[in-house]
Amino acid sequence: MLDDKDRIFTNLYGLHDWGLKGALARGDWDGTAAILARGRDVIVEEMKASGLRGRGGAGFPTGLKWSFMPKTSGGRPHYLVVNADESEPGTCKDRDIIRHDPHKLVEGCLIASFAMGANAAYIYIRGEFYNEALHLQAAIDQAYEAGLIGKNACGSGYDFDCYLHRGAGAYICGEETALLESLEGKKGMPRLKPPFPAAVGLYGCPTTVNNVESIAVAPTILRRGAAWFSGLGRPGNAGTKLFCISGHVNKPCNVEEELGIPMRELIDRYAGGVRGGWDNLLAVIPGGSSVPMLPKAMCDDMLMDFDSLRAARSGLGTAAVIVMDKSTDLIKAIARLAQFYKHESCGQCTPCREGTGWMMRVMNRMVQGRAEIAEIDVLEQVTRQIEGHTICALGDAAAWPIQGLIRHFRPVMEERIAAYKAGRAPITQLAAE
Amino acid sequence: MTEANTVEPTEFSFDAESDAMIAKHLAKYPAGKQASGVLPLLDIAQRQMKRVTGSAWIPRVAMDEIARRLDMAPIRVYEVATFYLMFNTKPVGTWHLQLCTTTPCWLRGSDDVVAACRKVTGIQGWGETSADGQFTMSEVECVGACVNAPILQVNDDFYEDMDASSTVELLEALRAGTQPPVGSAKGRQNSAPEGGPETLTTLQFPTTSAGE
Repeated sequence: MLDDKDRIFTNLYGLHDWGLKGALARGDWDGTAAILARGRDVIVEEMKASGLRGRGGAGFPTGLKWSFMPKTSGGRPHYLVVNADESEPGTCKDRDIIRHDPHKLVEGCLIASFAMGANAAYIYIRGEFYNEALHLQAAIDQAYEAGLIGKNACGSGYDFDCYLHRGAGAYICGEETALLESLEGKKGMPRLKPPFPAAVGLYGCPTTVNNVESIAVAPTILRRGAAWFSGLGRPGNAGTKLFCISGHVNKPCNVEEELGIPMRELIDRYAGGVRGGWDNLLAVIPGGSSVPMLPKAMCDDMLMDFDSLRAARSGLGTAAVIVMDKSTDLIKAIARLAQFYKHESCGQCTPCREGTGWMMRVMNRMVQGRAEIAEIDVLEQVTRQIEGHTICALGDAAAWPIQGLIRHFRPVMEERIAAYKAGRAPITQLAAE
Repeated sequence: MTEANTVEPTEFSFDAESDAMIAKHLAKYPAGKQASGVLPLLDIAQRQMKRVTGSAWIPRVAMDEIARRLDMAPIRVYEVATFYLMFNTKPVGTWHLQLCTTTPCWLRGSDDVVAACRKVTGIQGWGETSADGQFTMSEVECVGACVNAPILQVNDDFYEDMDASSTVELLEALRAGTQPPVGSAKGRQNSAPEGGPETLTTLQFPTTSAGE
């Protein structure tokens, strides 16, 4: 079990003051100027050495991403954009950072921006986080007032501005290029890559988009050293991570733990166990709605890290663990996610725009069993035609939950269809599209 | 909703309070990139409508005014206003009930919350407003507070860990014109497990008042 002294988010639950005074007491903004004085290259190398992988879902090494920014400005400004558009179903970790530890994020913005030659950072926060945005804006204002950011930030000689920008309710804006479009005042429709944001990003300038958690852990990593961070977790899956445990557990909660913690330990120790005990577990979606579910048998010994979950054909994603016990209608659980993706598709690419609606309609029939057995294969095949055939990963994200259902619970779907044919299945009331 | 409330107004101008906010927002973006201000300005317009008329929505004339302010084609503002879910293009009730029914909330009983809202407000379909103009019910996708599911968002605020009875209680209070404290209906410490945190218990920090 992770020691409290190795936890980064020491005000995760908001027991203490979230403002500057409290942040200083918890060690934030300690020696920030000295960190900047190490120089851009040293900071990036230290981040690489820490083994930090991006906390937004894809798990791309953060230090490496920072190193992609041009070394010289070339006349164009550089930007850091922080993705605080937390919307992946199951995920609510960035919310806690923003409302309870906002100074970790603001300090991280300064350090990351410095490391990438950016003099300005935009934090794009989802619109629904209205009260959270108030805290973050207050923290930014406090940092300006204290001289921690702004002209000559922390007395380092570096000028840095930090701006908060609220979204307005669109999951797709969590995709980095859709986020940039939205920030520029357009509909959130993803851009084709290349060019990548590091070359052509916000306002056509070199830009790096990082998740809130990736940025907020950076100051602590640089203070305590890469060796400390990489000594936690497992090889290739370094450090601590915020986990969100929701669904059918006795005590849903957020908790910071080491990557690689066994799923069962995570659920039993921190979330009060599965409702009705571990044997009452049916399946777990281990990393937010986009990753395929795992049946109980695979959960028994599963380790919660990027590589272990990938090997099980699922993913760590945002580390949002959605637990489903034996009372769950899994087909309906996934049908609801299909509705989610249909609602959130931006409509730009045909396979996703048409496919998400088609999958939702078929899934809704599958809930009732009003289908043919052969249609399960058709459904599976259609998910393959959407996956990988769209500009952004929303198409993939819509396909994977259904693939996971078919892969592990096909007999349940077949039984439902057989029951409907035999006139046994209860007709489930479905929400209108 | 009375007929008068649903009629598009024929003019809109930002008031002094809104103008002050607009200036603050537009200062964030580089010269020539004022289009970045379209989301903030739409939000400001919606809040002004709430302040002035009691209903948070954005009439088309407000979008036209935003287009003028930001030097954008009106269609660019319309398409943004209709793309993002949080902008209401028709009037809503005093209390906009935004019910998350996505899987994590559904697993924790969002169906009960929806049923309780229907029962108290008399609203049947999504997007409809109650006869007294008090409530509008909207189905929303994941609002990002899943360990406190199910969530009922009322205007800007999250009510968490809801069930049928806490929903009825909340709506009765709202109808009476008082807004109960936001957060967990079970009295939980934010996202900590019920019964209190089991981590971060060995750390001592000086206690100061919140937000200093």
